Amino acid sequence: MADTLSYELRINGEVLSVASPATATLLDVLRYQLGMTGSKRGCNQGVCGACTVLLDGVPVRGCLTLAANVGERAVTTVEGMSQGGTLSRVQQALLDAGAIQCGFCTPGVVVTLEAFLRDHPKPSADEVRHALSGNLCRCSGYVKIVEAAVIAAGAAP
Amino acid sequence: MNAFVDPVGARLPRLEAREKVVGTAQYLDDHVRPGMLYAAVAQSPHAHARIRGYDVSKAKALPGVKAVVTGADIPVRRVGGMLKDETMLAVGKVRYVGEPVAAVAARDLATARLAAQLIEVDYEPLPTVLSIEDALKPDAPLLHEELASYVRTMDGNSHGNVVWESTLAEGDVDAAWSRCDVIVEGTYRTPAQYHAYMEPNGAIAEVDGNGRITVLATCQSVHHIQTRVADELGIPMSQVRAQVSRVGGGFGGKHASNIHSIAAWLARATGKPVKLALSRTQDMEIQRSRHPALIRLRTGALRDGTVIAREATITLDGGAYADESPNVLAFAMLMIRGPYNIPNVRIRGSAVYTNKLRAGSFRGFGNPQATFAGESQMDELADKLGIDPVELRLHNAMRPGDRWIGGHTATTCQLVACLEKVREAREAAPALPPPKPGRKRGSAVVAVTHISGLMGTSASVHMRGDGTFALNTGCVDIGQGSDTTMTQLCASLLKVPVERIVYGTQDSDLSPYNWKTAGSRSTYMTGRAVVAATEIVRDKILEHAAAMFECATADLELRPGGRVGVVGVPGKEVGFKDVALRSLFRSGGPIVGFHGFVFDGERFDPKRALIERLAFDNLGVYTFGAQCVEVEVDTLTGRVEVLRVWSAHDVGKAINPASVEGQIQGGIVQGLGYALYEQLIWDDDGRLSNPSFADYKVPGILDAPATIVPIVLEDPDPTGPFGAKGVGEISLVGIAPAIANAVCAATGGRLRQIPMTPERVLDALEAS
Repeated sequence: MADTLSYELRINGEVLSVASPATATLLDVLRYQLGMTGSKRGCNQGVCGACTVLLDGVPVRGCLTLAANVGERAVTTVEGMSQGGTLSRVQQALLDAGAIQCGFCTPGVVVTLEAFLRDHPKPSADEVRHALSGNLCRCSGYVKIVEAAVIAAGAAP
Repeated sequence: MNAFVDPVGARLPRLEAREKVVGTAQYLDDHVRPGMLYAAVAQSPHAHARIRGYDVSKAKALPGVKAVVTGADIPVRRVGGMLKDETMLAVGKVRYVGEPVAAVAARDLATARLAAQLIEVDYEPLPTVLSIEDALKPDAPLLHEELASYVRTMDGNSHGNVVWESTLAEGDVDAAWSRCDVIVEGTYRTPAQYHAYMEPNGAIAEVDGNGRITVLATCQSVHHIQTRVADELGIPMSQVRAQVSRVGGGFGGKHASNIHSIAAWLARATGKPVKLALSRTQDMEIQRSRHPALIRLRTGALRDGTVIAREATITLDGGAYADESPNVLAFAMLMIRGPYNIPNVRIRGSAVYTNKLRAGSFRGFGNPQATFAGESQMDELADKLGIDPVELRLHNAMRPGDRWIGGHTATTCQLVACLEKVREAREAAPALPPPKPGRKRGSAVVAVTHISGLMGTSASVHMRGDGTFALNTGCVDIGQGSDTTMTQLCASLLKVPVERIVYGTQDSDLSPYNWKTAGSRSTYMTGRAVVAATEIVRDKILEHAAAMFECATADLELRPGGRVGVVGVPGKEVGFKDVALRSLFRSGGPIVGFHGFVFDGERFDPKRALIERLAFDNLGVYTFGAQCVEVEVDTLTGRVEVLRVWSAHDVGKAINPASVEGQIQGGIVQGLGYALYEQLIWDDDGRLSNPSFADYKVPGILDAPATIVPIVLEDPDPTGPFGAKGVGEISLVGIAPAIANAVCAATGGRLRQIPMTPERVLDALEAS
């Protein structure tokens, strides 16, 4: 078994102590040590995007990120997107647009779109499509997800 | 207070959408149990081999390992659908690379996986069968030497490597050929598509103090899981409880499989909860695919375009075990005539064993294979006749009252309107800028059909003491939105907001029976049960209110928001809570409604059609549609881009229009993947070459057209709930032939094999 490392992670505004094997990914630690199961494991090789989280606001694959390498960077997961029970504009728009089907890709989509809309407040539908090129969805055909992103961009942040 | 909006027909957000967007929805791998162990499976490295023996000593000696089970430890209890040929773990032989041969439970996943690797199996490799052609050779190695002894629910003429053989015919096709002015024929091939539900499959099993097993599964029916686990463990169904987690997609791939029984076996062996959660690669190696098909098809018409004859030979590659091959075969056969009034038809079908992953049910269930051949050939026929392909379809299209092959009446059929709508939508769409040099554009229209009535289902409605309701069915929401749809039906009839109804999670101890989430049947079948059960509750509410008002029920009406009033007397009314309290504490007993039924449509007409060994005898309620795609072909690289899609379907009634659109749009992109990219590939040793998302292409957003236009036609079916018919599968069905026809329209190149990879497209361009 790999050596165990002890370190801290800054997740959704909280500082949490973690002890994990050096080989543990951020997704492993979130899901199986901290019980934060919102980030999903769809392929475990960086293709599907269901594990997308933010590191200092930048979307990364949780399954390709070694937890022990995160360091001081702030981790934001889907659990950190809604404040005090109020849905974020992205979450609300996905719900309103009927863009939720099985929901397994949804956390990754939420996280990706939050970061994208922060940097691109008024995107075109085509820009949204490029932003979501790393998030696979098998249910929706992507149409309503793009509609939701456009709705969210039109809503106050 | 806002005016009451009828929930039926409303674009309500999914009831569970909130938990899905905030990340609290609990899928299988999100669940843990106190003291839970982790399971791993040891998989066969051979496509075909005899098992001489096992050595599990190293695995058992590994610290943390709690149980090891191999095929030598389990009684041989073969399970399956029509033909029972499969065991929980391989016994005596392995028949595909990746087949589970042993399983381990350990205190953590890393230990379990290491232990699985330490299991040594002594194999004697056998010659393999990796294609339909190889399977049917006279001297082909046999996958199942004991085939004749297997239990089956009806005769399928199984022999050699043939799983099943069926025939379906109407009219006199042999006599008809001589009357045809034009005949086209061709051979069509389709690949093994992988479901690629985003959540890999898995199960958690646990045992209570009396030895009773509970299995939590990400599945398409708790009742199916319960049956399979009981059969494989050889225990009564009363000793198995099946529950469902949130399901991250299914598409036909999450019916019961070996994993549920493996987890249950390990839980019994250890007395601890056991989780078996598959990795993506394992899921691809040991679950299911769509059947590869080889279809020979011949169609003949009169000069005026009247199609009078069609003959098909369909051969499906079923992989190592029968699973649902007999049924998929039957459905492909039923669909290949297409929605056209062709009087002379003969279809011969067979499914064969090969040393590959079992093929099983997958959205469309044989229909995408059949429709790829059938609708490709309609365009080939139109070309040879010199008739516009849409006009040819309109000329032969079924109208209301026309019969499907076998004799079922299409009570509602808006096929003509669907064809006209997509053609109009395509013509009215804004012109695109001209293509770049070297690129060519084309469009094509296909006709599609699917069913939505089959098998049994039921629903119950309980009124609670405060006048709210619990709705229960066995219908599992696998992402398509049935939780919401069922609730909308119930709420509409009771004239209450959906928030006053809870839709129960499925549990085999509690949920009324439902066959499966399959066959586009949930809205039509379970929806009918929900309507009938709700009507019973509504009538009981009216009876209580009539007693309270001392009037006749005919003088009463439900008023929006949960009240019963006297007709014509606005102020005279009683709330549901008072009715409920009366029933619970004073008179009559709890208000409960239950309704169950088996599909009750027309049967096949034996005087009209010859039907031999067809694995379905009771299905129907046909949804029709037309799909138009516009493609751009890069003639230098062979790459096909789908620019726009219009898809019209006569859904009867859209209970939730947003869900209907979502089904149509999602099916189209899954069909696009099938047409252009997706295929499981086996090497010469029978090893899967691409069992990962890095190597198996699932369409991403940039592969999907930005414009996908669902066109929903509402022509209520007299038997459907509020007139609704199913829409879960039909939108996938026509996309591959539509793209093939559009590529041909653009370039003259005809592709009769999917996926239409750039290499195949370039070959077709060269041949044209």
